[in-house]
Amino acid sequence: MSWLDRLKQGLKKTQENLVGKIAQTLRPGRRIDAELLNELEEIMVGGDIGIETTTALVSELKNKTAIRGLQEADQVMGLLREVVSERLKKAEGRFALRTDGQPTVFLILGVNGSGKTTTIAKMAQHFKELGYQKIVLAAGDTFRAAAIEQLGIWADRVGVQLVKTTAGGDPSAVAFDAVDRALKEQAQMVLIDTAGRLQTKFNLMEELKKINRVVEKRLGREIDERLLVLDGTTGQNAISQAKLFNEAVKITGIVITKLDGTAKGGVIIPIAATLKTPIKLVGVGEEAEDLKEFKSEEFVEALFATNGK
Amino acid sequence: MFNVLTEKLNGVLEKFRRQGQLTEKDLDEGLREVRLVLLEADVNYKVVKKFVDEVKQKALGENILQSLTPGQQVVKVVRDELVQILGQKQSELNLSRYPSVLLMVGLQGSGKTTASAKLAKHLATKVDKKVLLAATDLQRPAAIEQLKQLGHRIGQPVFAEGKTPVQVATGALDHAKKNAFDVLIVDTAGRLQINEELMAELEEMNQKLEPSEILLVADAMTGQEAVNIAQAFDTRLKISGIILTKLDGDARGGAALSMAEVTGKPIKFIGIGEKPEDLEVFYPERMAERILGMGDILGLIEQAEAQLDHADAEDFVRKVREDKFSLEDFRTQIRQVRKLGPLTKLLQKIPGMGQVEVDEKALNRVEAILNSMTRHERLRPEVLNGSRKKRIASGSGVQVSDVNKLLKRFEEARKMMKQLKGKRLPMGMPFGR
Ligand SMILES: Nc1nc2c(ncn2[C@@H]2O[C@H](COP(=O)(O)OP(=O)(O)OP(=O)(O)O)[C@@H](O)[C@H]2O)c(=O)[nH]1
Ligand SMILES: Nc1nc2c(ncn2[C@@H]2O[C@H](COP(=O)(O)OP(=O)(O)O)[C@@H](O)[C@H]2O)c(=O)[nH]1
Ligand SMILES: [Mg+2]
Ligand SMILES: [Mg+2]
Repeated sequence: MSWLDRLKQGLKKTQENLVGKIAQTLRPGRRIDAELLNELEEIMVGGDIGIETTTALVSELKNKTAIRGLQEADQVMGLLREVVSERLKKAEGRFALRTDGQPTVFLILGVNGSGKTTTIAKMAQHFKELGYQKIVLAAGDTFRAAAIEQLGIWADRVGVQLVKTTAGGDPSAVAFDAVDRALKEQAQMVLIDTAGRLQTKFNLMEELKKINRVVEKRLGREIDERLLVLDGTTGQNAISQAKLFNEAVKITGIVITKLDGTAKGGVIIPIAATLKTPIKLVGVGEEAEDLKEFKSEEFVEALFATNGK
Repeated sequence: MFNVLTEKLNGVLEKFRRQGQLTEKDLDEGLREVRLVLLEADVNYKVVKKFVDEVKQKALGENILQSLTPGQQVVKVVRDELVQILGQKQSELNLSRYPSVLLMVGLQGSGKTTASAKLAKHLATKVDKKVLLAATDLQRPAAIEQLKQLGHRIGQPVFAEGKTPVQVATGALDHAKKNAFDVLIVDTAGRLQINEELMAELEEMNQKLEPSEILLVADAMTGQEAVNIAQAFDTRLKISGIILTKLDGDARGGAALSMAEVTGKPIKFIGIGEKPEDLEVFYPERMAERILGMGDILGLIEQAEAQLDHADAEDFVRKVREDKFSLEDFRTQIRQVRKLGPLTKLLQKIPGMGQVEVDEKALNRVEAILNSMTRHERLRPEVLNGSRKKRIASGSGVQVSDVNKLLKRFEEARKMMKQLKGKRLPMGMPFGR
């Protein structure tokens, strides 16, 4: 199957998943009343938006329906889109790829198992398809068993370079080497993998800061993108993740993975609202092609879609 | 202690009581707090609904509204009910067959491979079993290599021959039978519970292996989705238990309740780190408190232990156990903890303690007082008479009353630790990871 067909098929699959059927709750003809608002609250809480944000959203919804004199349930969808987009404002972030001949440098971080390494493979694939030929991956997870081998296999599959050290080596040294090589060989992209770490671990967060520092020193400027990879099935802990990773090394964007399942990833709404960090990508599968841009419209639709599978 | 929920409930119920006899409606108002706490902890909303209803019936049945301390009583019912659902007693692995097959299942990245290695190590070293690991994840790049490396690290063999996951698994079973292994642990590829093809593959493995245990490995940070995951895996495979991973972080872990409630299956182990030794049996009481955000002293100790020097932490735990905790140890602890940076930051990580302000100056004062004591005095505070206290006070630039206050607080803390002695204290979390 050609790449284009795959993409089309992938999009169709997600479209079916996403747009699906809008929940019974918002069916045409139904009146807006307390019961409906209750059901909406349940859908939102059930989508991991969190009770605080949900309560705020529902009361905003209530006010707006009153002010505008809305009475039909199916009109609520438009309103919802509005109030959620309000909170996801500027959430649709895009990468600022460099045009000055220097490599665009990405540092990928997150808790254990969230999808960092796979996301790197997907991004590399994506950039290759956009025509970028010289891409360097840095195997900065020197801790987890076979993490280097994992990224190595992806590098071969996608057809990009890999810079690595032996297991147990210094992650900042690997990151440094990768950037050094990229600068010398005029590569266009550097994607640095890091070991998964829980955001509450002091030493590991210090290690992350060091990687960031060492790379920026070699670059003589800031890293272009520090992306936090969040697992879409995560609940309210994602807020702590975003907060503490952002405190350690300012994050410039969020990637939310595993949205090919039935989890909704609603926790990014409070995160986007408080941190003002844009969501840049969505992971929708385990293959290199399974990456999408984040679209807040689609996201809201999905939140209120029944799992029509 | 820092029992946020009790405080909130007391607040609500006290307010109503002042207006007269408590009514069912007042109770409902109080239970709203319970609902919020559980939702914030990621317990699934349907599970919360059912849970709160049950608590209400119990509370009404026990005439709690007439009690003098309705807030505390309701919290007690909540806690007991949580423990009830999470399972009252420890649940052992069923290892009666030879070989006993343990099938590890779950979503991508939940910790199956790590948990497989942890269990293998546990069974081989603590239970003296001959263990074989099977690497059937042919999906994720280098997944087999990952298990092989872990197997090598813990000194246990890994079987990885075969072209399909089912082939590897059945091959491993033959191998285990021929070579008299006691236990076969089968690691599998991660899969979404809605992936029909891959769920069918697990069913086939289940048929062919007839496992003694099917363990669902789930991430403690999982949100509302936990019920769908647990329900789907249980419906398809009849899981026998759950392993909850990544509890070394600050996740409240409401997923534990969601999963236990919808499957009725016990949580058997928890993962508390990335290393093969970071496995513990599950304690329902501690989980209940964690979910309720009772940032208790056990949590604090755990937190400290996770970040402090391993040897020191073990020493600390041992001393608390043996009631030999002295001011000397206290000083070491303070120094250790302060090495980690501002305390306020540290406390923020403990549920319910985010708002606690720590007076760093007061801590400086405490440290100064301790520094002004001799080692002998720190080891045997009972020798501290009036003149010694005066010396210490002037040496550290404080009043004698400050010295007394510190001694009194220390004595109280010691008493509290004594009460904890019966409970289990976490062991073995090395520096860093
Ligand atoms: N279904 C699905 N699976 C994903 C997605 N992204 C990653 N995965 C899977 O999740 C698992 C973990 O992904 P990794 O990329 O290894 O995650 P990581 O963050 O690098 O993990 P550690 O380095 O171990 O902390 C793998 O089995 C991936 O195949 C996604 O968008 N959807
Ligand atoms: N902090 C922490 N990390 C864990 C724990 N269990 C597993 N991990 C990490 O989570 C990631 C995914 O684990 P892995 O066993 O590969 O998951 P699998 O995809 O389900 O096989 C790895 O980085 C592990 O090191 C745990 O209890 N605590
Ligand atoms: Mg990785
Ligand atoms: Mg695995």
